[in-house]
Amino acid sequence: MARVRLSGLHKHYGALHAVRGIDLDIPEGEFTVIVGPSGCGKSTLLRTVAGLEEADEGAIEIDGEVVNDLAPRDRNIAMVFQNYALYPYMTVFENIAFGLRARKFPKPEINKRVQEAAELLDITEQLVRYPRQLSGGQRQRVAIGRAIVRDARLFLFDEPLSNLDAQLREEMRAEIKRLHQDLGKTMIYVTHDQVEAMTLADRIVLLRDGLIEQQGAPLDLFERPETRFVAGFLGSPTMNFVPATLEASDGGLAVRFAEGTTLPLPPTRAQAVRSRAGSAVTLGVRAEHMSRANDAGTREGLAPLNVTIDLVQPTGSRTYATFNLADTAVSAELQAHDVRGPGEKMALLVDMNRIVLLDPETDRVL
Amino acid sequence: MTAVAPATVPVYTAPPWYRRAKTWQMVARYAVAVGLTIIFLFPVYWIFIMAFKTPEEVFASPPIWAPSSLQLNSFRKLFQDGEVISVWNSLVTAGVSTLVAMFFGTICAYSLARFRTGGNNLAIWIISQRMIPPIVIVFPIFMLYAALGLIDSFFGLIVLYTAFNLPYVIWMMRGYIEDIPLELEQSALVDGWSRWQMLWRVVFPMVKGGLFATAVFAFIFAWNDFIFALVLTRTEVTTFPVKVTSFFGQQQTFWAKIGAMSILGTLPIFFAVAALQRFIVRGISLGAVKG
Repeated sequence: MARVRLSGLHKHYGALHAVRGIDLDIPEGEFTVIVGPSGCGKSTLLRTVAGLEEADEGAIEIDGEVVNDLAPRDRNIAMVFQNYALYPYMTVFENIAFGLRARKFPKPEINKRVQEAAELLDITEQLVRYPRQLSGGQRQRVAIGRAIVRDARLFLFDEPLSNLDAQLREEMRAEIKRLHQDLGKTMIYVTHDQVEAMTLADRIVLLRDGLIEQQGAPLDLFERPETRFVAGFLGSPTMNFVPATLEASDGGLAVRFAEGTTLPLPPTRAQAVRSRAGSAVTLGVRAEHMSRANDAGTREGLAPLNVTIDLVQPTGSRTYATFNLADTAVSAELQAHDVRGPGEKMALLVDMNRIVLLDPETDRVL
Repeated sequence: MTAVAPATVPVYTAPPWYRRAKTWQMVARYAVAVGLTIIFLFPVYWIFIMAFKTPEEVFASPPIWAPSSLQLNSFRKLFQDGEVISVWNSLVTAGVSTLVAMFFGTICAYSLARFRTGGNNLAIWIISQRMIPPIVIVFPIFMLYAALGLIDSFFGLIVLYTAFNLPYVIWMMRGYIEDIPLELEQSALVDGWSRWQMLWRVVFPMVKGGLFATAVFAFIFAWNDFIFALVLTRTEVTTFPVKVTSFFGQQQTFWAKIGAMSILGTLPIFFAVAALQRFIVRGISLGAVKG
């Protein structure tokens, strides 16, 4: 097991400044997911930890030892690649044993470990086959098998599931999570898929343009984003952002939209933004935090909003209804039968405890 | 349920005149192909049977198309007179220079492909060395070799063929190496292999086909070389193409010997190409796609 610490890490590719000063502390045994849009530097960061890229500046420490100048093989790391990186001229057994051979394990030990890994990953029957004879999911298992037999102190995953179809991806995701629970090893996992990040991570590190935008437990980031980027990146569908102004009303505060509609803020939320009264804000609200008003009444913090639905997208269990608010298309996630069709006028309840208010100039949460 | 009648799809039948024209077209194509094959194979056949003819049959007029018996006299003579050593000389010079060029060329190619050694221009510069016509440099090299005492030595010829083959090997192998997914190499490095071990265990197996195809072409170049061998050798390391020409005498031309020697000189190439055929075809087509 390993503790990883990155400090002041920079990496350039010619004119491109891919990693721009990353400080990151990964405790022993933690599953850290580095997530961000393509080109944010997440893969570069991982490959720098592996030693496949050299850091231009900054230090990489594993277990207190600076490993910047160590060759990849001396870092005792295992890595799973996006394209599996299986050797086509070797059988599955040989592929899994490849790293053990490099480290000169005795033959019986190699056999034992490969068998164990194969059993764990349910690929025992494939051991004598060649990679081209395997399905995508089996190949990914072999790649993972190759990583786990070696008993490395640190596991790196570089978008390992992005070549799989949706169903397989869910299966493998669960397996990787289980693997982490069983092995308890420190794992760093890079993905652009926010669902993978949310489901797998002990901690998410959200990267943007080579810098850490925010890091923390998945639900922490989801519920308490610090910037519009974080709020918009996590969660599906994407959070709705609506321009508005903050105004004083009845001794409290309310969010007022251009067409005149207002949503009162609960006192607990109003406290923090009292100084911003009268200024422009961006309201961020997730689709699932809106619901259809019903006769059962309302509770503290639910604010009514009258809308006209203009687009309906049923998904089976839930239905997404889109309406227009302050010239912005806003999507609400309703019960499957809550909405009949486009053109329907209805009253929604917005959960004002769960909204975020952003400064439209800095895009930071207030 | 009512049974749905199968829809009658009108089958298009080409008119007879069209089908007749098609048939003739095929016949003409095959005729041309067979004709060309005969034209290209005839010299091979002719040299082949010449080796087995008696001296009378060689000079017979009208020519004898198929000898009555297979005479091995010419071969016996080549061995008795020790002239067959020139095939061995060719094997050594071509073989060793190919091995050396393949070894260093592949390493250079790896460096060009993966470490971007020399940026974008070094690779072009290297292949441009191969474009020099040998005739342009053969006499300067003769002078140089004479000064260095390398004339008529295995070492001299091997160095020269290696120098000529290296650019080709580097260029070809660079293409094959660039086709290897980078992740395969990186995975091996992370797994615990050193860069050299990884070359041996990942890069070489991955480019095996390219290695064979390139080696065959490099070997054939050295094997076929005439001008360097003619100018730079005298008696010690005469290669087989040069030796063959020595059978053309002022008084007499030893046609049967020429035939026999040509067969001995063709066999190694024939076997090499036959054994590595599938790699060569793949190697050529890969090169064709990349341009």
